[in-house]
Amino acid sequence: MENNDYSHIPGWGIDADPKNDPTYPYRHRIERATKAPEPSDSNWERPTQQPVDIEVLKSIERPTVSAVFGTSAPPTGLSGQIRRFAFKSSESEYGHWLPLLLADRVNMVEGILDDLKHGHIPNIFAEKGLKAAWKYNRKGLLQSILIGVLVTSAAVALLSSKKSESDT
Amino acid sequence: MLAMNYRGPRRVRIDHKPYPEIKHPEDAIVRVTRSCICGSDLHLYNGNVPDTRVGMTFGHEFIGVVEVIGSEVEKVKVGDNVLVPFNVACGKCVFCQQGLFGNCHESNTQASAVGGIFGYSHTAGGYDGGQAEYVRVPYANVGPTVIPEGMDPDDAVLLTDVVPTGYQAAEMGGIQPGDTVVVFGAGPVGIMAARCAWLFGAGRVIVLDEVEYRLEFARNYAPCEAYNFKEMDDPVVFIKKITDWMGADVCIDAVGAEASGSALQTITGRKLLLQAGSATALHWAINSVKKGGIVSVVGVYGPTDNLVPIGNVVNKGITIRANQTSVKRLLPRLIEHVQNGVLNPKALITHRVPLEDIADAYYMFSNKLDNCIKTVLIPPSAKG
Repeated sequence: MENNDYSHIPGWGIDADPKNDPTYPYRHRIERATKAPEPSDSNWERPTQQPVDIEVLKSIERPTVSAVFGTSAPPTGLSGQIRRFAFKSSESEYGHWLPLLLADRVNMVEGILDDLKHGHIPNIFAEKGLKAAWKYNRKGLLQSILIGVLVTSAAVALLSSKKSESDT
Repeated sequence: MLAMNYRGPRRVRIDHKPYPEIKHPEDAIVRVTRSCICGSDLHLYNGNVPDTRVGMTFGHEFIGVVEVIGSEVEKVKVGDNVLVPFNVACGKCVFCQQGLFGNCHESNTQASAVGGIFGYSHTAGGYDGGQAEYVRVPYANVGPTVIPEGMDPDDAVLLTDVVPTGYQAAEMGGIQPGDTVVVFGAGPVGIMAARCAWLFGAGRVIVLDEVEYRLEFARNYAPCEAYNFKEMDDPVVFIKKITDWMGADVCIDAVGAEASGSALQTITGRKLLLQAGSATALHWAINSVKKGGIVSVVGVYGPTDNLVPIGNVVNKGITIRANQTSVKRLLPRLIEHVQNGVLNPKALITHRVPLEDIADAYYMFSNKLDNCIKTVLIPPSAKG
């Protein structure tokens, strides 16, 4: 139980000014336990718990699964393994966020493989919105294609020249 | 049902997905009649927010009709036309009780720093969003608000995020009568922040951006002074010069992680992801504000670190105020403003696109083509 009796501390609270609050007006302070014992900061009547019937990765900075949670895309495959690893570190660690970014990129490849497995060839051009690019940004689109072709050609030429050097 | 399906950075498509189900007694299922693409969706679209999983549906700005309710839902009924705040909030935790509905502690298992947000990665709870025909809405006793009779649905959908976020940006600025307010960013939120700054008594409102058609829009809509930072040697010196070398009383960062204007920030923040987005606007805000001034941040950044001049925050005695918007707290006042004609949100909408054309809509919005300010998506089931 929190001790709310500060009478042994000379001067406790004599200069407290509730109006001096930089979070006003976007935060309404609630009465503290000195005046009203409930609710305290970490003790509220929790909403009904949503059944945890899928895998939900939980931040180690909280003790429980939140009362509701999203069920959009549970972790699967290699990206899921990486995500599970990431959730061993706190949100304060790069060991949490960097693996999650890596998992997102792995997940993108998994998405393409999954499409192919289900007999769906992803239409990358449509997914990238290139119809709009052709309509409203034709010059920029052609420029990007040209740069892509040039970079690819240069890379192929460089690799071929290295290969022929090593062959001789 | 049709729903947006994220496939990887800058790749989205429309797909058939299963209808959402009631997962919790306080859930509702809403048939979406309008949704929007938000500037902050672009952080997801560009692959900058960690734990954005393939297969997810984005969309945190939407309105619709309640189709199904859970056993404990009492505040809305089947058939109600509702606008749904972008925050998923329980209304019971200590943060919701303080009006901090954007910081709910019972809506996000994956991260403790942010509450649940519809369609905004698993870092914000893993909820599918409203760029779909149907969406699951948790805590239906708290968030969804019945749209007042006669309100234009285009106004209503912008009350789910853009209007309250712009308003809260100005509110957090602690604007006093006569204050000079500088807003960085002329996207929908920046424009709305500039408009709302007047409601708090600003004496002068200035907007900075690099996109000329948006500056022109801001000049007419807010109305305010608007300048193109590409035409300046140094935006901070420019602001100092036009404020008697003092700086602005209040600076608002309405850009966030996608900011342009600094090669170092762009390369490290947007291209290499070495920081949580490009913090150019926040950097300029801190350096442009007057000593003892207030910087209000509503631009969205990732969860890691950013390069900002924190030394100047100390040396200048700046107060930084920031938060995800507490939409529910602000709605009653903002509905009044819209009904009384004080605010005209729907004027921000420049494009209405069928949900089926979502990939093109994202491309157009993200590249600021065809003078796009705000895009609304119309699902096929809402067209009749």
